[in-house]
Amino acid sequence: MATIEAAVPDQGRGASTYAGGVWSWITTVDHKRIGILYFVSGLVFFLVGGVEAMLMRLQLAAPGNTLLDPATYNQLFTMHGLTMILLAVMPIGAGFFNYLVPLQIGARDVAFPRLNALSYWLFLFGALLLNSSFLFGGAPQAGWFAYANLTSSQYSPGHGMDFYILGLALAGTGSIVAALNFIVTILNLRAPGLSLMRVPLFTWMTLVVSFQIILAFPPFTIAIVFLLFDRMFGTLFFEPLGGGDPILWQHLFWIFGHPEVYIVVLPAFGIISEVIPTFSRKPLFGYPVVVYSGVLIGFLGFGVWAHHMFSVGLGPLANSVFAGLTMLIAIPTGVKIFHWIATMWGGAIRFRTAMLFAVGLIVMFTIGGLTGVMHASPPADLQQTDTYFVVAHLHYVLFGGTMLGLFSGMYYWFPKVTGRFLDERLGKAHFWLTFIGINLTFFPMHFAGLHGMPRRTYTYPAGLGFEGYNLTSTVGAGITLLAVLVFLYNLVRSLRSGERAGASPWGGATLEWSTSSPPPVHNFDWTPQVRSRDPLWHDGVELPAAEEEIHMPNPSYWPVVVAAGALTLAAGALIGLPVVLLGVAVMVGGIYGWAFEPIHG
Amino acid sequence: MAERTEGYSRVPVQRPTLWITALSLVVLTAACGGDFPQSSLRPQSDVARSIDDLFRGIFWLAVGVFVVVEGALLVAIVRFRERPGAERPKPVHGNTALEVAWTIVPAVILIFIGVPTMLTLWKIDRPPQGEVLRVEVVGHQWWWELNYPDLGVTTANELHVPVGHTVDLRLRSEDVVHSFWVPRLAGKRDLVPGRENQLWFTVDSAGVYPGQCAEFCGIAHALMGVRVIAEEPDVFERWAELQSRDAVEEPGEEALVAAGRSIFFGAGGCISCHTIRGTPAAGVLGPDLTHVGSRSTIGAGVLRNTLVNMARWVKDPQEVKHGNLMLDMGLSDEHARDVAAYLGSLK
Repeated sequence: MATIEAAVPDQGRGASTYAGGVWSWITTVDHKRIGILYFVSGLVFFLVGGVEAMLMRLQLAAPGNTLLDPATYNQLFTMHGLTMILLAVMPIGAGFFNYLVPLQIGARDVAFPRLNALSYWLFLFGALLLNSSFLFGGAPQAGWFAYANLTSSQYSPGHGMDFYILGLALAGTGSIVAALNFIVTILNLRAPGLSLMRVPLFTWMTLVVSFQIILAFPPFTIAIVFLLFDRMFGTLFFEPLGGGDPILWQHLFWIFGHPEVYIVVLPAFGIISEVIPTFSRKPLFGYPVVVYSGVLIGFLGFGVWAHHMFSVGLGPLANSVFAGLTMLIAIPTGVKIFHWIATMWGGAIRFRTAMLFAVGLIVMFTIGGLTGVMHASPPADLQQTDTYFVVAHLHYVLFGGTMLGLFSGMYYWFPKVTGRFLDERLGKAHFWLTFIGINLTFFPMHFAGLHGMPRRTYTYPAGLGFEGYNLTSTVGAGITLLAVLVFLYNLVRSLRSGERAGASPWGGATLEWSTSSPPPVHNFDWTPQVRSRDPLWHDGVELPAAEEEIHMPNPSYWPVVVAAGALTLAAGALIGLPVVLLGVAVMVGGIYGWAFEPIHG
Repeated sequence: MAERTEGYSRVPVQRPTLWITALSLVVLTAACGGDFPQSSLRPQSDVARSIDDLFRGIFWLAVGVFVVVEGALLVAIVRFRERPGAERPKPVHGNTALEVAWTIVPAVILIFIGVPTMLTLWKIDRPPQGEVLRVEVVGHQWWWELNYPDLGVTTANELHVPVGHTVDLRLRSEDVVHSFWVPRLAGKRDLVPGRENQLWFTVDSAGVYPGQCAEFCGIAHALMGVRVIAEEPDVFERWAELQSRDAVEEPGEEALVAAGRSIFFGAGGCISCHTIRGTPAAGVLGPDLTHVGSRSTIGAGVLRNTLVNMARWVKDPQEVKHGNLMLDMGLSDEHARDVAAYLGSLK
């Protein structure tokens, strides 16, 4: 059908005219550059988390292994969880939000560009502060879930837990600020005609996730402030001997922790909801239902946290309610899977690497979803919780779901960001090695868990039947690592010498494909007028001929100053009052400078 | 036509091959894994069996869903691959009947999971009626204190229970959160400081059922084992009767035992943490050692209880169980041997 042929408008006015140099990156407020910063930082932490995982897998390759001592192992599993979820997957997701949302809604930037820069620097400084604990007396070793009262100064002496609290407070503030920014951006800066029910799925999921972040992070922030007070000022929020309750931490943590699962997975769902239609050459099947199911998942995600706590002894009534709500989530999630398959059904599918990863997500997430329903059932969960069965489940969701989705997005939008394709042959090698590697790593963990292997154990004895599963997992982890190396090589090689890509290399339907690759600083020469859901497929975009005045925000160093002040303040909590005061002074000064920053033409 | 068929066959060959490779590797490793003494899939109590029955039902439903969904996906990616010269696909935007159907069908499947779940949940959560054997389980970093208040027995890490008798565990913690888990007998139940939890089960047949702490509780969490030793009621009663008595030294290597005893109560400093009923030793920080010689393991399951192992343990507890709270009392090899002989005599 002729209408599907993308009519890619010619965006002739102004190429990329960024200033060069490190300073220009530090002071940038451009959403595309901030997106790239998030992406690169997230990727670095993905490698850090991956090395941590590989070390753990080597330790567990054989029973009674002594490669790592327990303190090191406990630091590694704690930091692996924190790093992968909060410092790798979320920032890579944020990289996509930043780069794509303004392009997909036909805007020139986000609503608050300087605030956007602040979000990034807060995340980066928080992440660096947390990881610096390795150099200053040891990383936290109470798990990413950090159950009280193991985290009290009595049971976790040293500064590991303080780094956890302060690092995550900074990074979490960055996330909340970013989420507010994206809500305002998506609700207010859409191009004329781009009604909410025409917004691309990825942007929709960004909106849902942003609401989740501003609702989920405050309870967590409260929890870590309580913990900070317990540890530094002798309060007793989580101290049972003083009338406090360690279970309070579990509630506060999981009210954050469970929505966090959807915070990291919904962007991946959004990505493949873009990729699958493009490579099937068919519009997304049942767009409104896919949108609503995403919203419903986001909403229900707040009512299920206690399914992490079935073994706590909350009583059969509470367990029944949370079990029921948890099972309900399976419905919108299943619906999404059916809609992706239906989108492919009757299409003309091109198996480029992006599409392979998207299909891989469906395969893997289906398995992760089904095991999720198994431990939604409290009696079954009483056997499965805190075992390798759950480790298997969560990695099918987070690696098989989220990471494969993010990889799909990387292959899909890399040409937009760089003007070059990622190499397809290396991409396919990357996909198949990943697919084999993660299945080999995580599938045997189901059996290890059901046969009685608990999580978070640095060693296990011979004779319980865990040996074969663990060795297989370690081999799989090695293959997965190899896959990541192939990807990195592809990234570096394609950046330098990849095949050139035009504005719309895949024939995508959404607005970002209507501007050049890479897009100019101001994204669009003209504000597009949108007339349909798939504007580039259905003759749905109109570009007014009249010149408009393009005003772009100036670079600013105030965001990084404010973030540096916050970092100093946080570090001061470990060093001493003068440093705290210095941090406050820098922050206040930074905010003052920010508020009165002159606006040049 | 021939060309088209060739294009078709590429993917379906590739995909199953990989799956089969991966699966066969897993099955292979599963096959040489041994007999799984700690497996939740080999229930040996009423409670564990209820859970296992429920899980198996859910598992097969999940397998069914897996086959249907992945099957549909496989058909889609095989049948609707792009073919050269083919027509542009029709832009289908939705199909209300279909969408309603695949919302309702999962809901119905969930009913088949949800109803048995609730029935099992309320069944295993109904407190036991009639006569029960009550045991207090107290979690410590990183060992289990076990008190039988009705029998006057205090021991550690090895929970003796009579077969066919309901055991009613009262769980609490002296320090941080732990979780009591013996997979063949029951699901997990946490030991939370400041709260008391309950767990009960009736063991089917005599045997030793290993388990371990399932909630991360600090540096030696991996080495916090527990063993349930289920015995015929008469054997259990004999055990309980012996355990309720004060300490008696079994005759044997008297010289070594006497030397060990004097170190235990003197220079070794052992009595500041340990109790031996019937003697002045009344420390409460470590496990009760009144009948330590009758236990089968040392250090919450890290070593078998032999004289050599016990000597190794008292000489350098950190070498055996990294991070544990037993102090290194600086015993010489000889003194460690003597103390081991004394402890071994406390049957």
